[in-house]
Amino acid sequence: MAGLSLDLLALQIFTGLALGAVYVLLAIGMSLIFGMLTVVNFAHGAFFALGAYAGFLVLTLGGNFWLALLAVPIVTGLLGMAVEWGLVRHLYGRGIDDPLLLTFGLAYVLVELIRIFAGTQGLPFDTPDALAGAVDIGIGYFPLYRLFVIAMTVAILVLLWLFLERTRLGLIIRAGARDPEIMRVLGVDTGRVWRLVFGLGTAIAGLAGLLAAPLQGVSPEMGNAILADAFVVTVVGGMGSLAGAILAGLLVGVIVSLTALFAPEAGDVAIFVLMAVVLLIRPQGFFGRAGLMS
Amino acid sequence: MSAAFLTRAAGHRALLAALFLLVLPFLLPFRATAVNVLIDGLFAVGFNLVYGYVGLLSFGHAALFGGGAYATGLALLRLGLPWYGALVLGLVAGAAIAGIIGVLAIRTRGIYFAMVTLALAECVYYLAYQASGVTGGENGLRGIVLTKIDLFGLTLDFVDPLTRYFVIAAIVALALAALSRLLASPFGAVMEMVRENEARARASGVDVRAVKMLAFVLSGAFSGLAGGLQALHLAIVPIETLDYSTSGMVVMMCLLGGRGTFFGPFIGALVFLLLQNLVALISSHWQLPVGLVFMACVLFFPRGLWGQVTRWRPA
Repeated sequence: MAGLSLDLLALQIFTGLALGAVYVLLAIGMSLIFGMLTVVNFAHGAFFALGAYAGFLVLTLGGNFWLALLAVPIVTGLLGMAVEWGLVRHLYGRGIDDPLLLTFGLAYVLVELIRIFAGTQGLPFDTPDALAGAVDIGIGYFPLYRLFVIAMTVAILVLLWLFLERTRLGLIIRAGARDPEIMRVLGVDTGRVWRLVFGLGTAIAGLAGLLAAPLQGVSPEMGNAILADAFVVTVVGGMGSLAGAILAGLLVGVIVSLTALFAPEAGDVAIFVLMAVVLLIRPQGFFGRAGLMS
Repeated sequence: MSAAFLTRAAGHRALLAALFLLVLPFLLPFRATAVNVLIDGLFAVGFNLVYGYVGLLSFGHAALFGGGAYATGLALLRLGLPWYGALVLGLVAGAAIAGIIGVLAIRTRGIYFAMVTLALAECVYYLAYQASGVTGGENGLRGIVLTKIDLFGLTLDFVDPLTRYFVIAAIVALALAALSRLLASPFGAVMEMVRENEARARASGVDVRAVKMLAFVLSGAFSGLAGGLQALHLAIVPIETLDYSTSGMVVMMCLLGGRGTFFGPFIGALVFLLLQNLVALISSHWQLPVGLVFMACVLFFPRGLWGQVTRWRPA
C-alpha cells in the first residue's frame, strides 16, 4: 500500500481519539453512577439518544448549537434526577439486578417516546457552521468538528476532576462512594447526593449524544448500539474506575478507527475480541479492583 | 383449592403443562399467537434456568436463540437434514454458543455478567451480519421450506396451522418434562443453592463455576431448540432474531411471569404476546405500554404474576 504513510496512520489514530472521546463520556457517566449507587444504568444509551434529540429540537426551534450545548446537559441531567427520585431510589437495597431491570424497561419506554415524537426514521444533524471544514494539524487536514469533540471531552473531564477533587460536594461524593453509612451518621443527606450523581451521569450522557450527533446523525436506536460499546469500554477499563473509563474509551475508539482502515470487515467485531482477551487475562479490567463485583 | 391438591399437582407439573398446551389455541383471541406462545414460552423457560434458578442475569440470550434458529435453518437449507436432525442441530448450536459465551462471561461476577453477555451477543449479531454468504446477512436466512413432518411412519401436514401447533406443542411438552426432571434432580437443588448463597455453596464443596457453566449450556440448549422451532415456524430467520431486542424480550417475559418459578416464564410469554397483540391493534407503538407494564412489574411485583399467585396459595 503506497498510500499508507505515517501521516495517514496518525490521522486515523486521531479520528479514533475523537470517536473514543464519545465512549469516554458515556463510560464515565456510567462508572460514576455505578461507583456511587451500584446501579448499572441500562438507560444510559437512551439518555445518549435523548441528548441528541434534545439538541435537534433546540436547532429546529431556532436555537444554535452553542445553546444546545448548554441546554442538553441541563435537560438530560434534570430528567436523570427525576428518574432517580421517582423510580430508581425505591429499589436501593433490593439486590443489584432490580435497578438494572428497571432502567432497562425505562430505556424501552424512552426510545419508544422518541419514536412517537420524532418518528422512527433517522434524521441528519448538520455540523455547526463555525466548526465545519478542516484544519491543518501538522500531519494533514483534520475535520475541525472532531477536534472540537476532543477538546470538549478534555474540558468536561477537567471540570469533573476539579469538581470531585477540589470542592466540598466532590469530597462528599468521594466519601459516599467509600462508606455511605458513615456519611449518613455525619449528617449528610446521601439520598440527595445520589440523585445529584445520577443526574450528573445522565447529563454527561446527553452531552455525549449531542456531540456524537453531527458525526453520525440521530436515530431512536442510536443509544442501543452504543450501549454495548460502552459496556465493552467499562468492562475493559474496570467498572467504577474513572481512569479506566478514559483509557479504555480512547483505546476502543482507536481500535475501531484502525480496523476500519486496515480490515473494514472486522470493524464491528474487533472491540469484542479486545474485551474477550481482557476477560481472559484480567477479568476485573485495567483498573478494576478484583472482587469488587462479588 | 386445597393445599394438598396443589402439592400433588406440583408433582405433575409437566403433565399439567401438557394439558394446558392442548387447549391453549382455543382460548386465545388470536389463533396465530398460540404457536408464538409455545416458542417464546420455551425460550423464556430456558432463560429462567440461568436467571431464575442460578441467579445469573443474561442479556445475551438472543445469541443462543438466534444461533439455534440459524443452525436449524441452515441444516434444512444447505445440509438437507430431516426436520428432527435440523432441530437437534439447533439445540446443539444453542448449547455450543452458550459454552463459548459462558467461558468468558462466567469469569466475571455479579453485575458484569449482564454487560459481558450483552456485548458478546452483539458480537454474534455482527458476525452473522457480516457473513452474508452463509446467513443472508441483512436480509435474513430465507427460503426454509417444511411442508411435511414424518414421524414414526406418519406424515403430518405442517402447513395446517392446528397440526403445526400440536407438533410444536408436543416438542415443547417434551422439553418441559425434561426441564421438570432436571429441576427435581440434585443438580436442580445445587443450582438454587448457588443462587441463594454462593459462598456457602462453595464451602459445601460445590464447584460453583462448573454449576453456572452447566446451567448456562443447558439454558442454551433449550433456547437453541426454541430458536429452531421458530425457524421452522416462520420459514425465515430474520437478522433481528440475534438483536439486543430479542435478549430484552425474554428478560421481560421471565420477569413478568415470575423468575425462579416453573410456569412463570411461560405465563410471562403469554401475557407479553397478548399485550403486544392487543396494543398493536390500536397503535404500532406497543413498546411503550409493554415497557411501562414491565417497569411496574419490577417496582411492585418483583415476583411476577405466577410468583404472586403461588405465594398466595395456602401453606
